[in-house]
Amino acid sequence: MLIVLVVGGVALGIYGYSISGAPSRARLIVSTTTSLYETGFLDELKSKLESRYPAMNVSFISQGTGLAIQTAMRGDADMILVHDPAREYQFLKGGYGVNRKIVAYNFFVIVGPPEDPAGIRGMSSVDALKQIRSAGLEGNVVWVSRGDDSGTHSKEKSLWKVGRFDSAQLRKEAWYLEAGSGMTATLKLANEKCGYTLTDIGTYLLNFNNHNIELVKLVESGKNLLNVYSVIAGNPKNPNMTKANFEGSMQLIRYIVSDEGQGLFENFGVSKYGESLFKPYINLVKSQSDPELIRWIQDSAFFGGSECPQEFRYQAADLYSTQGPTSILLTCLLTGIEGRKAPTWIQLLKE
Amino acid sequence: MRAVDLILSGDPEILSITALSLSISGLGTLLSCVWSIPISAGLALRNFRGKRITKSLFNALIGIPTVALGLFLYLLLSRSGPLGYFQLLYTPWAIMIGQSILVTPIVVSFSTSALESVDPDLRSLARTLGASDLQTYEVIIKEGIWGVTLAVIAAFNRAFAELGVAMMLGGNIRNVTRVLTTAIALETSRGDIALSVALTLILLAITMSLSVVVNLIRRSGP
Repeated sequence: MLIVLVVGGVALGIYGYSISGAPSRARLIVSTTTSLYETGFLDELKSKLESRYPAMNVSFISQGTGLAIQTAMRGDADMILVHDPAREYQFLKGGYGVNRKIVAYNFFVIVGPPEDPAGIRGMSSVDALKQIRSAGLEGNVVWVSRGDDSGTHSKEKSLWKVGRFDSAQLRKEAWYLEAGSGMTATLKLANEKCGYTLTDIGTYLLNFNNHNIELVKLVESGKNLLNVYSVIAGNPKNPNMTKANFEGSMQLIRYIVSDEGQGLFENFGVSKYGESLFKPYINLVKSQSDPELIRWIQDSAFFGGSECPQEFRYQAADLYSTQGPTSILLTCLLTGIEGRKAPTWIQLLKE
Repeated sequence: MRAVDLILSGDPEILSITALSLSISGLGTLLSCVWSIPISAGLALRNFRGKRITKSLFNALIGIPTVALGLFLYLLLSRSGPLGYFQLLYTPWAIMIGQSILVTPIVVSFSTSALESVDPDLRSLARTLGASDLQTYEVIIKEGIWGVTLAVIAAFNRAFAELGVAMMLGGNIRNVTRVLTTAIALETSRGDIALSVALTLILLAITMSLSVVVNLIRRSGP
């Protein structure tokens, strides 16, 4: 017995030494959304980031956006990487986060069985949902909702809202199923049930190419389906986050908005899927190649004309200076200086 | 078939997940022995008020749902929780502690009954030969060592094969807290079925061979 305990103690010591590592590396915990995680993007980000900053040790906790934000609010994560602007604003406003940066975007798609029994192919997203509901009420099709408070789930609820439906009421109807789990699990459920669902393009392509699902894209693109990813550092002044690794968070944010970090988004998935799964936002703004798309993103993910209003910034003036006055002027000229845009413009200049 | 290839080719990812799983659950079980074995010795060899209730409490706790314990410890270890100061959440230590608590009732109940079944005459004999309390315990534990070993192995199996505590306290972080069960859950939800199957085969192989060992011990043991 004694021998066992001694051996155990020694092993414990060695193990403790090996996991804490001789020079202890600053640990950074990022709570994040399942879509970035399941596609494998974060593994790549981690390896690139750690090879650039050997002192860093990044851990990603994959949860839905809702849960990811809650984890950070309790102080169990140092920062968040999520896709739900409305809740991001609440997070900032509650004093939990600072220095938000929009980093990438793509589009949600509505997928369904190849035979498309509800006949939604090529419709606008809102019309498609209406069509699915009426076919569902007739008992022909089902809709599978994430039902897990994730960013995708929020988007789905907001789409129903645009179509003047209340998802809280819909969930009582028989054709409306709730998976309550991650995107891949939801896609597979929809696939088994020959149902329709809303998915981010990355997770969809991953599963389609793996032959996990036969569902096809039926409705894609359109302003309503825009999906915007942002990073937010935990607010070091929040009492829950006094132990948070603020410096590490800022290092990650600076890396992800750098040319190298943006290049990771640009190239990820291209060789496998023929397109990048997450499109770099900062590159888009820099190139000014698609002013309409930029405006869409700003309409759906800016707060009061800025990706991160002044009061939610902390020791990060350099993060927001990339958009110099010339590019602001250019944006204004391209978007047209309308009466309602003017305050935005002035605010941006002030910053 | 790809699953078997993955195992045979010695995929480094699979190896590291398995090693991590074995060490976390193994050390968790050993940690639990530090307090569980003295508790069971006390329960088996001493008489005190509430002994029966304590024993049935440990018996009842054997089946504690892992998610319930996981949630409880999560709230405790969270940075905003009472033990937040130690920053243990999402580390292997958190899983180890969680599993050691999880298996405590198993070690206690099984070893208590093993020690109780040791011939009571042996105890009085030791006493009459002038053994102290501690020495008597030593004699009894030596006699019941097979039963205690059985309890420890059963406890390890439970820790090794559980998901709730590892997922909630570890967070399934690659190379840090990703153990067999959480990796299986992730890879299944991610759609990499071959890898899931490979990991499951390893999990089954280890738990089942341990069960075989347990049975052998039971048969050959005194």
